[in-house]
Amino acid sequence: METVRYLSIKDNAVLCDGKEVLYLPGEDFPSFAKTLYKESGAEYPKFYKMSDMCKLGFLAAEFLLKDLDEVKVADPDQKALVLGCRASSLHADIEYSRTMNDIPSPALFVYTLANIVSGEIAIRHCFRGEELMLVQDGPESREHENYLKVLMAEGKTKFCISGFVDYDENGKYIAELSLIKKK
Amino acid sequence: MSILVKATNIVSPLGFSTEENFSKILAGNSGVKLRDRKDLSPQPLHLALIDENSLNSAFASVVGEDKGYTRFEKIGLLSLSYLLHDKDIDLASADTLFILSTTKGNIELLEPAATAGQAKGDQAAACAKIEDIVQKGGIDNRDNHAATDKGPVVTTCADKTISQYPERLHLWHTAQLFANHFGFTTKPLVISNACISGLAAMVLATRMIKAGLYRRAVILGADAISRFIVSGFQSFMSLSASGCMPFDARRDGLNLGEGAASILLEAGDAMEGDIELVRGAMHNDANHISGPSRTGEGLFLAIRDALEGARPDLISAHGTATPYNDNMESIAVSRSGLNDVPVNSLKGYFGHTLGAAGLLEAIISIESMKAGVGIGTRGFEEYGVSEQINVIRDNFKHEINSVLKLASGFGGSNAAVLIRKNV
Repeated sequence: METVRYLSIKDNAVLCDGKEVLYLPGEDFPSFAKTLYKESGAEYPKFYKMSDMCKLGFLAAEFLLKDLDEVKVADPDQKALVLGCRASSLHADIEYSRTMNDIPSPALFVYTLANIVSGEIAIRHCFRGEELMLVQDGPESREHENYLKVLMAEGKTKFCISGFVDYDENGKYIAELSLIKKK
Repeated sequence: MSILVKATNIVSPLGFSTEENFSKILAGNSGVKLRDRKDLSPQPLHLALIDENSLNSAFASVVGEDKGYTRFEKIGLLSLSYLLHDKDIDLASADTLFILSTTKGNIELLEPAATAGQAKGDQAAACAKIEDIVQKGGIDNRDNHAATDKGPVVTTCADKTISQYPERLHLWHTAQLFANHFGFTTKPLVISNACISGLAAMVLATRMIKAGLYRRAVILGADAISRFIVSGFQSFMSLSASGCMPFDARRDGLNLGEGAASILLEAGDAMEGDIELVRGAMHNDANHISGPSRTGEGLFLAIRDALEGARPDLISAHGTATPYNDNMESIAVSRSGLNDVPVNSLKGYFGHTLGAAGLLEAIISIESMKAGVGIGTRGFEEYGVSEQINVIRDNFKHEINSVLKLASGFGGSNAAVLIRKNV
């Protein structure tokens, strides 16, 4: 397997293969995300309804796959997602639970699962292959890497987005995604 | 080399062992009851809840001292204790993998500030006031955790309130707590993939063992019912007004249930009568985050990859009894050419146990293979899905040598696992 591209979003910056492509100091995540969305050129109104964790993952995938035509034309059933996170959907959980005693909000509840971010990316880029959401204590996980290798060795996956998308209860965020290709 | 099922356990409202659960449902008992629990819902609801007193007394005698554990931690610890109590295996070895499958873990600890402190008994001290967490700058455990080669040191629960140690809301932390209790030394894997989590854990274990990374795996699937979960499903209007009716024309939603299921898997050569996990797969619909695909695409792909041309003797469906789910499953099963294979749903007995569901229902299906008795679909009377599949109403005696277990969930997730008896 080979890494086609590596993309990270953290500390108000977007880095592609380690090179800074965008830096917006001083903006909080919601306004930073809005700017990134406009920069990405995605015309996808559903973006505005997403939880912050999903916005983060969505944007990271948007920049990761930009202009990669070979991924676009690949068989959807062979495009996989293996993601990890640390705080699951805790930030969205807290937002939802504030509505719990009054009128519980279905629009917020739908985002109270760790794997919804995978679903949003899958829908946006038509990834119908293998899928898994792991909860890890940080971005680096040997077990995650091992599983990725095992999955790619099975041979049913041509492209895989693997990485870490975390938006914690304090609004601290990090996304690190790699696009992996079967050799 | 096969992936053999060496031991199983189920902790549910029907009992605390696999055998007890299987014999109860054979006799037609259900854990789903109409409950008036104001702490969970303003209106009475059909729920499958584990009796608090039975849980606490079993916990005291099987696990030990209650160090301020949550309900979720208790049912998980209890299930694993039963699973492992007389097994002569080295849990500390580098060959042993531990996987936790759950959707919401300790979410019961997250209470809005307005109700924190009004919760029942000891729970009050344990409840996090959201505002506390947010004001404190959230969960930062760098102070409490000296990093070691084995990862973070996990705080125990004794005398610690959640607002002091809010990392208890993190699932990786809960997994480490379980791992430390039993002495697993490899890093736990945690899967939180909505309602397919239990099956995804089985697939992950199968793949990791087959690749030679581990020799055995212990999987725990668990979720506990809390107001968070109940209110959310209510807001989605997906709860039934009665006992749920999978695949029935009048079905109107699901019943929530709680429980834990655990399984011990080992690499080995299958002898006659041995149960093995053959293979499985997870596929996303890539269609909608809260509704299943109209064509059952993701589930169809998962079935294709799990079967690789094999024909199962029984299909244990997800069968939540929501209008959309059951219909989608009928489409995926029909598209797979399995219209005549007996199909059941066990949700009428256990309710929807979320992160435990796939594993719990797979274990019941394993008992069906051993006993040669398929379990019927409680709550199913009048056929009510668009494709003609063979939904089984009553228990049936028949040789069952392979089971296809299905699950689908929020986020467009689908999973299928093939389990086989060696004959």
